[in-house]
Amino acid sequence: MHKEQSPSHSRTYWLDILSRFWAWLFLFAMILIFWIGNPAFMSLFNLQSILANMAILTIIAIGQTYVIISGGIDLSAGWIMGMVAVIAASTMNRFPEGTPIWIPLIGGFIVGLIAALIAGLVNGTLVARMNVPPFIATLGMAGIARGVGFLLSGGMPVPIYVKGLGFLGNGYLFYYHPNAGWSFLAQPPGLVQADLRNLTGILPFVVIVMIVVLVIAHLLLSRTRFGLHIYALGGNKEAASRAGIPVVRRTVSIYLLSATFAAIAGVVYNTRFTNGAANAGDALLLDTVAAVVIGGASLFGGAGTVIGTLIGALIISVLANGLVIMRVNPFWQFIAVGVVIIVAVLIDQAREKLTQ
Amino acid sequence: MATQDTNKRNPVLRATNLVKRFGGLTAVNDVSFEIYPGEVIGLVGDNGAGKSTLIKMVSGVYRPDEGHIYLGEQEITVASPMEARSLGIETIYQDLALCENLDATVNIFLGREPTKRFLGLFKQVDRGLMLNEAQTVLNRLDIKIPNLRRPIRQMSGGQRQAVAIARAVYWNARLVIMDEPTAALGVPEQRKVHELVRTLRSENVPVIVISHNMQDVFAVADRIIVMRRGQKVADVPASTVTGDELVALMVGAGEA
Ligand SMILES: Nc1ncnc2c1ncn2[C@@H]1O[C@H](COP(=O)(O)OP(=O)(O)O)[C@@H](O)[C@H]1O
Ligand SMILES: [Mg+2]
Repeated sequence: MHKEQSPSHSRTYWLDILSRFWAWLFLFAMILIFWIGNPAFMSLFNLQSILANMAILTIIAIGQTYVIISGGIDLSAGWIMGMVAVIAASTMNRFPEGTPIWIPLIGGFIVGLIAALIAGLVNGTLVARMNVPPFIATLGMAGIARGVGFLLSGGMPVPIYVKGLGFLGNGYLFYYHPNAGWSFLAQPPGLVQADLRNLTGILPFVVIVMIVVLVIAHLLLSRTRFGLHIYALGGNKEAASRAGIPVVRRTVSIYLLSATFAAIAGVVYNTRFTNGAANAGDALLLDTVAAVVIGGASLFGGAGTVIGTLIGALIISVLANGLVIMRVNPFWQFIAVGVVIIVAVLIDQAREKLTQ
Repeated sequence: MATQDTNKRNPVLRATNLVKRFGGLTAVNDVSFEIYPGEVIGLVGDNGAGKSTLIKMVSGVYRPDEGHIYLGEQEITVASPMEARSLGIETIYQDLALCENLDATVNIFLGREPTKRFLGLFKQVDRGLMLNEAQTVLNRLDIKIPNLRRPIRQMSGGQRQAVAIARAVYWNARLVIMDEPTAALGVPEQRKVHELVRTLRSENVPVIVISHNMQDVFAVADRIIVMRRGQKVADVPASTVTGDELVALMVGAGEA
């Protein structure tokens, strides 16, 4: 009995493996093509700017990963991020000049986070307790967060007057200069304008933030009972509930978590652009869902990983950067991401059918 | 034989005069039964006879309108399926209630996962322990699952039944209830399920098997309870009846 099943099982096994790892192959192929197309693509500066530019996308996409694995979707994360960016910006401006930078930074984050958590709580409660489909609940919340963000900012980005904030968003942990040598946390002193060309920054702060968030999110999802329960919810909610998993509490936590990641992304936006714009995350929905799905998550729920989402975000960001470097009209990027997300879903569905 | 007699005097579970009405319909009408350690009861009856409703009262899905349920000496009220499980009453539903995207190991431990410290920082699921324990219980039940890391989705129907049963046994079920366990299975898989029921019996775990399938019933049951229109119309040792007699009882031909 087992013998006659094993050939088909091993066939689906290999297709399964392929469907899981195509994204890696795609990423490496793309890197190779852009590298050949323009060697400047592989410069340390360019690679680091790809990573720094994808931090916001990646952080939101991680929250989306949790939601999608659980069988839901969060259409509001991008607008929650914008709302947080506005609220945090206004909060930071209230601190008197000369306050050490981390105080307005943390203050802005906390106030923004509270607003985000309220939104996440409403999302989670609607989905878990009132059985509103996640698509509808979070679509409604997207509208609300958007409105709140625009109302609070008067429709204009809120400029932030905290000194040194832009350095956090755009600076590096180390600097190296052929003459001045290494320096930590700041550019080597005494460099004249002409010297700056030879200055190399290493490890942008936002990339460090992204990596820390990635590691924590990965451990939480792959190692803890909470993480395991998210997969169970996405696989069979009824079975999860019968097994004693607190389905309502877990679902609410997932939407709270997604809102938390949106809040982190909002403050990262503040530091990178030294303002808070309500529409900061407007364009992110397609990219975040694309990153998650390209990363092997199933829109049916029950599958996906943080590492996969990282690969998905890398694909999107490398694509955007590479097209610019190869002087392709950047609007092609939208088309490319659109195609990749549809292909990813088709692969997901094929896998679903194959492994039935 | 002496132990058998002691067992006979101490049923694992005893239900008396259970009644369940749905509006004007009496789905279960004054049914009493008991089940002893290591005993397999075959619960048979036509569609709509009230079999599922009867066991759902025991497994916490429905509250009985009348009647009492005793586990051992103690009267119990089973308010929810969770409560039934915590009392040691494990029900294996037709749809099995497994997470198909997760592997057998995780399914056995779902909701009760063991943890250990990760670098002293936080509690992580102890996958190694789960795998070892799952292997042990599967070996004990003589269940062979080639790759425990494979999602349930990729397993055969019989293997899924086996996982559900292994879960019940691992968590020290005092009573296992199976609703139509072979309904969706091919003949070889049905045999495997029969073997599993016998294994449970040899572990002294009593089993109630609901089935349409006479072969099922005669293959595993020690005692057969027949229901018709909500009432218990027979409760007899399996060796004393024939298939034809059971069918007659189910459809009420004897009375007509
Ligand atoms: N939840 C319910 N609501 C109303 N009627 C029900 C419900 N569950 C079962 N019944 C009715 O009770 C009777 C017994 O059903 P059931 O216990 O499922 O029978 P069996 O499992 O023997 O086929 C049937 O007439 C069925 O229609
Ligand atoms: Mg039934």
